[in-house]
Order: sequence, then structure tokens, then C-alpha cells
Amino acid sequence: MKKNIFKVAGKSLKSRLIVGTGKYKSFSETAKAITASGAEMVTVAVRRVNILDKKKPLLTDFLNPKKIIYLPNTAGCFNSKEALRTLRLAREMGGWKLVKLEVLGDKKTLYPNMIETIKSTKILVKEGFKVMVYCTDDPLLAKKLEDCGASAIMPLASPIGSGLGLQNKINISLIIKQSKVPVIVDAGIGTASDATIAMELGCDGVLINSAIANAKNPVLMAKAFKDAVISGRNSFLAGRMQKNYFASASSPMKGLI
Amino acid sequence: MAKIQLNGKKISIKSNFSIYDLLNKYKLTNKKVAIEHNGAIILKKNYKKKHLKHDDKVEIVHFIGGG
Repeated sequence: MKKNIFKVAGKSLKSRLIVGTGKYKSFSETAKAITASGAEMVTVAVRRVNILDKKKPLLTDFLNPKKIIYLPNTAGCFNSKEALRTLRLAREMGGWKLVKLEVLGDKKTLYPNMIETIKSTKILVKEGFKVMVYCTDDPLLAKKLEDCGASAIMPLASPIGSGLGLQNKINISLIIKQSKVPVIVDAGIGTASDATIAMELGCDGVLINSAIANAKNPVLMAKAFKDAVISGRNSFLAGRMQKNYFASASSPMKGLI
Repeated sequence: MAKIQLNGKKISIKSNFSIYDLLNKYKLTNKKVAIEHNGAIILKKNYKKKHLKHDDKVEIVHFIGGG
């Protein structure tokens, strides 16, 4: 049984929920949802500063990077070169070595390009980065990433932002069983129960963005995910009962009148 | 005067403008940003030393919300 401590790239986290900071209506809503989620780590994107509007609020004004772990990502990068450029800039911005790598291969499905992902992982590890890697749910490729030095394996549940939930429980289970680094289900989770299912399989954590940000009430949904992840983890640790084909009465037959 | 490309937009700056001067112009000196100058990342300690020339390309990036 895996221990009940969530440690990724040398950092111990109390919450197994990592949340994205995209798609919210405002930074104030982002901050409220993150507080409600209890997450200690958030993903952020690297983009150009809007030089035409000097007064535009900045994410860092609402989410203090000293209090919450920023996990810079490479969302929107479609090749190794773009991803490396983004993460090297992120590192220079504030000394971030812990990063989330995602190299996309297709605009419609945002499916990861694993050839470029593996190539980038190798280079980043060599440069001293701790790399959490968004990937397909192929166990062989997940193993390859671990062999390349990935700090965490982040297989998709279903396409990014689709809300389709966990589509291949068998593959995710295989990846969990074989991995020595944390496995965090990333992308495609649609609602709180999806996160519980992922955690019941034995995932170390889940990463959620759209399911919270696109909910009618993002702050309440963030709380729902917090509880769902805790429930799923406890359920995994408790060990579920066996499935049986036939009924088994809960009340004893002895003493029946 | 020199013309440079900043974040994909052409802007005019005074001659001998440094990266630091550029950040100051946009009130970004104490913000979490990173700078790329003609494709190379500039370390913070070199912001005052690095001067801009005509046709230089500068990117100033920061963190925004993302998944």
C-alpha cells in the first residue's frame, strides 16, 4: 500500500489536489476558488505582458507565489523548442525548477505529442529542472518518461477541458502499479466524482482546471473537489470490498422470527 | 531614438535605453517578469548593463492563469 504522504519532487504537500488557474472570470474568483480547494500547488502559464495596458492586474497580485507553489506549464506549446523556451523563461522569472511539461500534438484534441515530450523531458532533466509531465495513458510511454527522470507522470483522463472523465481506468491502473514516481491524473476530469474514482484507483493526486473554473459556482465546486479527493484517497487506503455476483445479506439470519 | 519590437509591437525608445529603462517605462521593475532579448534570456543582474539597439526584439513575459 502506498503511504499517505504526497511528496512530489522533494516537496511534501498536504493536499493531493492541484488546480489550474485558467478560465476563471476574474483573478478574485481564481483566488477564492483556490482557497476553497485547499490546493497548495497551482499551475500557471507564461505569456507576454500586455504592454498597452499598464494598469492591468497581475495574477501574482492575487496569488502570492511565496504562499502557494506555482507550477509553470507549457500549455500552448506544440514542439520541444517552444516548451524549452517557455520553461527557461519561467525559471528565470523566479527560480522555478519544478515545472509542468506539456507538448501538444493536435489542436483539436490537444493530445500530447509524446515524441517531443520525451525529447524535452530528457533536456530539462539534464538542465536541472524537476519535470512533471503531461502524457498519454500508454503505460510503456509513462515508463519511458520515468526512466528519463520525470518527477511525476501526469496521464490524461480524457482530452483537456473535455470534462469526459476517466476513460481508461485499466491503463491508469497499470501506470499507477508500475510507477515509482507520483502519478497525477491530469486533464479531462469533469466533476467531483471523477476525481474520487481516480483517487480510488490509487493515483497520488489529480490536477483540475476546467471542471472548477467552468462550473456554475466555481468556489463551491472547488470545495467539492477538495472533499472528493480526500474521500477517494481514504477509500483507496481503506481497501474496497470484493465484488460478488450474488447478494450477501447484511443482517444475520440467526434469531429470525 | 531607436525602434524596437517589444512583445510583437513596434515601439520607439530613446537611444542607449537599457532593459531596466524599458521595464521602468512599463512599471515592471518590481514585478515577476522574465526578459528575452534577440532570442536570449537576460539575467536580472544584467538588466542595467544590457542596452537596446535599433531593430532589437524584446519579449517581456509573466505568469498568467493557465491549466
